[in-house]
Amino acid sequence: MTVHALALQLLTADDPAGLLPAREQMALSLGWHIVLACFGVAFPTMIFVVHRRGIVRDDPVALGLAQRWSKVSAVLFAIGAVSGTVLSFEMGLLWPGLMGPFGDVLGLPFAFEGLSFFVEAIFLGIYLYGWGRMPPRRHLLMLVPMATAGVVGTFCVISVNAWMNAPAGFTMVGGEVTDVDPWAAMFNDLVWMQFLHMWVAAFMVVGFVVSGVYAVGMLRGRRDAHHRLGFLVPFVFATVAALTQPVIGHLLGGNLGDRQPAKLAAFELAETTESPSPLRIGGVLVDGEVRWAIDIPALGSLIAQNSFTEPVPGLDTIPVEDQPPVNLTHWAFQAMIGIGTLLAGAVVLFWFLRWRGRDLLEKRWFLRFATAAGPLAVVALEAGWIATEVGRQPWVVYGVLRTTEAAGSNSGLWWLLAATVVVYAGMTTGAVVVLRSMARRWRAGETDLPSPYGPEPREEVTP
Amino acid sequence: MTLPMVVAAALFVGVLAYALFGGADFGSGFYDLTAGGAVTGAELRTLVDHSIGPVWEANHVWLVYVLVMWWTAFPETFAVTMSTLILPMLLALLGIVLRGAAFAFRKYAATLGQARLFGAVFAVSSVVTPFFLGAVAGAIASGRVPATGRGDLWSSWLSPTSVFGGLIAVGTCAFLAGTFLTADAVRSGRERLSEQLRRRTLAVGIVTGALVFAALVPLTRDAPTLTDGLAGRAASLVVLSAVSGSATLVLLFRRRPALARFGALTAVAAVVLGWGVAQYPWLLVDEVTIADAAGAPATLRALLVAVVLAGIIVVPALTYLFRLTQSESWTRH
Repeated sequence: MTVHALALQLLTADDPAGLLPAREQMALSLGWHIVLACFGVAFPTMIFVVHRRGIVRDDPVALGLAQRWSKVSAVLFAIGAVSGTVLSFEMGLLWPGLMGPFGDVLGLPFAFEGLSFFVEAIFLGIYLYGWGRMPPRRHLLMLVPMATAGVVGTFCVISVNAWMNAPAGFTMVGGEVTDVDPWAAMFNDLVWMQFLHMWVAAFMVVGFVVSGVYAVGMLRGRRDAHHRLGFLVPFVFATVAALTQPVIGHLLGGNLGDRQPAKLAAFELAETTESPSPLRIGGVLVDGEVRWAIDIPALGSLIAQNSFTEPVPGLDTIPVEDQPPVNLTHWAFQAMIGIGTLLAGAVVLFWFLRWRGRDLLEKRWFLRFATAAGPLAVVALEAGWIATEVGRQPWVVYGVLRTTEAAGSNSGLWWLLAATVVVYAGMTTGAVVVLRSMARRWRAGETDLPSPYGPEPREEVTP
Repeated sequence: MTLPMVVAAALFVGVLAYALFGGADFGSGFYDLTAGGAVTGAELRTLVDHSIGPVWEANHVWLVYVLVMWWTAFPETFAVTMSTLILPMLLALLGIVLRGAAFAFRKYAATLGQARLFGAVFAVSSVVTPFFLGAVAGAIASGRVPATGRGDLWSSWLSPTSVFGGLIAVGTCAFLAGTFLTADAVRSGRERLSEQLRRRTLAVGIVTGALVFAALVPLTRDAPTLTDGLAGRAASLVVLSAVSGSATLVLLFRRRPALARFGALTAVAAVVLGWGVAQYPWLLVDEVTIADAAGAPATLRALLVAVVLAGIIVVPALTYLFRLTQSESWTRH
């Protein structure tokens, strides 16, 4: 056993009892919620596009899509709201060592996020129940505050995460937090780029997932106007997002080597400092040695440091106790990059051939790919979060507070994790069952989906 | 008024709003649960669906507002409360998750069997959740959350104050919901349903009132600081609550549910406000005062910006939502 592995083992032995279950709990509940959060952010805008088209062009197909999507959003937003609340509780339950000393540093953006959550929930209520009960144009406008709140909410939540990566707005004096400036914490150095990255990611995820649903329909031979529009609108959003994302991601990672060298070293699987650094694809770090990697010379320096010679600092320059779990970080990072590149390439191909007069929607292989693009985008999203979160370890607030210090001593959290797995599995099953049954009934020609109890189904209004 | 006090007051406005509006949503689960079989209960369940459907998510955000204000303005007390009261907090959270998800699922369930399953989950979790939130309030009000370290995981929230707090929370939620649902049923012209709801709401009101009186005796022994405040500074609020609660029952009895809604809101608001006034200046009773618990002044000032923005943006929007849902044209459909 190497010194490195031994040290890691010793470190784990001293961890508080609440650390590992808290980590797993946070990963599960955040990883679950983030997918629904994407829908909260991006879906209202897409619904706005089809709903507006339905009203302005008097297009029944577009209007029908808007109605269906709004019903789907009713289900998704409800479970998004409750799973978001879980996270609010968990901040205190799992990380007392973070929230106690730093609550007044990092809390302000959450307060603004609360406001945008209010706006979103209020106008969601009005919009969902407003079908046929309001003048159509005013009804359509109810989506605008929802979409705006999605943008503001993303900014606020991401602001806290950016602060964890680039802490600001306080000074540590003898272990005590002083000089708190919540605005400086909120508008930290990283917030804008990280916000853009996540905001665009939300449109990628929702765009590819929703268009994928209609790709399945087309694969099964349903090639009507409804499916074409249902595919194209979200696909256009996904296209813009997929093409913008690599640029944003590159800018975000631009000065990572200065900010968080350990994270960059793990991303690039740089065990030693090489000048120029290669771009290392795949590979595993075993006993301090990189195995089975494909190296592309000099490209690592070029991408990570915007230079032909400046190296990626190797892990050997970083004390062992300050290194993140390298392999997981590296693989998550590369999965995100790989999938992002694949999706960007695919949308370019689609629009290029369309411009040349060839429609890939006629090709079954493309429809299969479009179906897979949704889950792939979700995987990229999750991988990105794993890369940035695991890559920040062992810190929860980079350079200031270690994750071990933030966790509590509650070993009973394992029970909580087990219960959460059961509840979330149940919620996922419930959502899938209900959404599939909605789609099935829509295909069978039902439009209203009345509540199934009762002798007189409630009359639902359609405009 | 000092800065921490202003922020604490703003936080408490959230507690109050959640107790009233979130409470009314939870309380409707009681009528859903006791509505009877799928056929006989269908009309009532449809009414519940229709009444809370557009508003429950907005009302739920008050809870998030309270949590966020708490951990930002008074961070250390938030951390210790979460540590000590982890069990009731988690049980409340479980109820909140199941309630919200099952409610949304039931609305679009494909079959009667699924609707019954989701409906049962929704109704049971709605009834049970306020108990745990009331127990949390009882634990804080009876001084069982220590300023540092961690209180007992069980006895901290299974004291008489917590148990009565929980039961009263369940009762007041059901009472609020009952008056609102009765008014909704009358407005949509369903006479049989409104009669059924009126009778049940009356029963719930009488039981809850009796519970409040029964709680007074153990409360004096179990939570002396709170009792002093309730008998002293908050006495007028206690009287107001008793008077408006009784008036609500009379109004309901005389078939005036639209007016009774305001009586019920006043009664519950006075109880909750009475608790807050009675435990002032403590944030965690007998342990930490509001002034001592406060975080950085710069953060408190910044929070006031958020509060003012909430007043400008959220309150008008909420009012618009409530006006729409309580209007004739929305109810008739």
